[in-house]
Amino acid sequence: MKYLDEYRNPRLAQSIINEIRRIQTRPWVIMEVCGGQTHSIVKHGIDRLLPDGIELVHGPGCPVCVTPLETIDKAHAIAARPGVIFCSFGDMLRVPGSHGDLFTLKSQGADIRVVYSPLDCLKIARANPEKKVVFFAIGFETTAPANAMLVFRAKQEKVSNLSILVSHSLVPPSITYILQSPQNRVQGFLGPGHVCTIMGYREYEPVADRYKVPIVITGFEPLDLLEGTLMTVRQLEAGTDTVENQYSRALDRDGNVPARKLVNSVFEVSDRKWRGVGWIPKSGYKLRWEYRDHDAERIFEVKEIDTNEPAICISGQILKGIKKPHDCAAFGTICTPLTPLGATMVSAEGACAAYYAYGRHLDKQKAEAGAELRGVA
Amino acid sequence: MCLAIPGKVLEQFDKGGLRMAKVQFGGIIREAALDYVPEAKVGDYVLVHVGFAISTVNAEEAERTYKLLEEMDQLTELNAPVVDEVSARKPQ
Repeated sequence: MKYLDEYRNPRLAQSIINEIRRIQTRPWVIMEVCGGQTHSIVKHGIDRLLPDGIELVHGPGCPVCVTPLETIDKAHAIAARPGVIFCSFGDMLRVPGSHGDLFTLKSQGADIRVVYSPLDCLKIARANPEKKVVFFAIGFETTAPANAMLVFRAKQEKVSNLSILVSHSLVPPSITYILQSPQNRVQGFLGPGHVCTIMGYREYEPVADRYKVPIVITGFEPLDLLEGTLMTVRQLEAGTDTVENQYSRALDRDGNVPARKLVNSVFEVSDRKWRGVGWIPKSGYKLRWEYRDHDAERIFEVKEIDTNEPAICISGQILKGIKKPHDCAAFGTICTPLTPLGATMVSAEGACAAYYAYGRHLDKQKAEAGAELRGVA
Repeated sequence: MCLAIPGKVLEQFDKGGLRMAKVQFGGIIREAALDYVPEAKVGDYVLVHVGFAISTVNAEEAERTYKLLEEMDQLTELNAPVVDEVSARKPQ
């Protein structure tokens, strides 16, 4: 436990903050990409500890948040069919589609099951040969090796009643998309530690080079995030644009080679829609042709579903780092984790839900009450 | 859901051609596949994501990360129902 105490030593945190203050000559906007990082930053108030002028904006790296409403509606359409057992990670069950969530559908009698691991679906498929078992395969690169292994094993073991509804997102194309936006404010990135545990960070090097931005692959503990911010500010001040690895205790440049190999044999890169953002070229995975017999979209022939997102929701601009939750009139009023209007409120790793969970909607109410009082005075 | 949870490898076994392990996360023991970390052995700490070990870590790192995830309420996936041959036949 001594090590833990030392690592969380507030003096060390303070010395990193002092160093950032010492070297900083102008304002900088830095985006943390991963939803886990956002959650940790808001919980520990890291964005408020940083010197004035160092602004953290929150990126699109939450797989639950960016799963498009159309895909959620497809999941509901499949899960509602007779003879289907629909399996999902627990996080997706409370995400509202156009007509309620999977929990509601389950309470109405649909056979919907929460699984810990995709491999659980193999057991369920073998135990229920007369049923069609469908797994909602969502995730970023971190989850792709697990989902790929499920399909690989299903094909190898000829478990023909198992398919997956794929909704996979990739981080580097989303970073590129943000950098290409005419409204872009982001000048440096804290890269996603656990994604790079699988992928390594080679693929970030051309992005840093082409768009002249520093990218520091960073863990999600408070001191990791402070150190990653310091490394990014150092590069910004020096005018450099390389990929650095703050999280070297968990990953290296090549990532997990056996995992990547299996992912590439099962999935291929495809265009993909991100909730709140829209289509991003080559930013997702689809099953390779060899695995088409396990593709739920092919098996169930779910037609394209038209959906409408509430016009008031600004989650797209939040995911791109252009706005923050407090810029939204609905945040904390009509939009809460129990009544989410869009991507960034539907999961605890979304920026709006994290702000709400740690009471930041109350800051807004207090500020508004203060403004009202000042107006009266 | 996109974070990996550190745990200790308690025992290893082969299951249908997959290299599996019993992994201890605090007070909870769950199965995880070791195929992506061929170097992991009994007694090692691994980062586990949705039932797959994706990296090995040292004991201090594992302890620290686990406590942080606990504080952040990010361990709920460990409480998902265990699927065995009997429970697989019934709706949850």
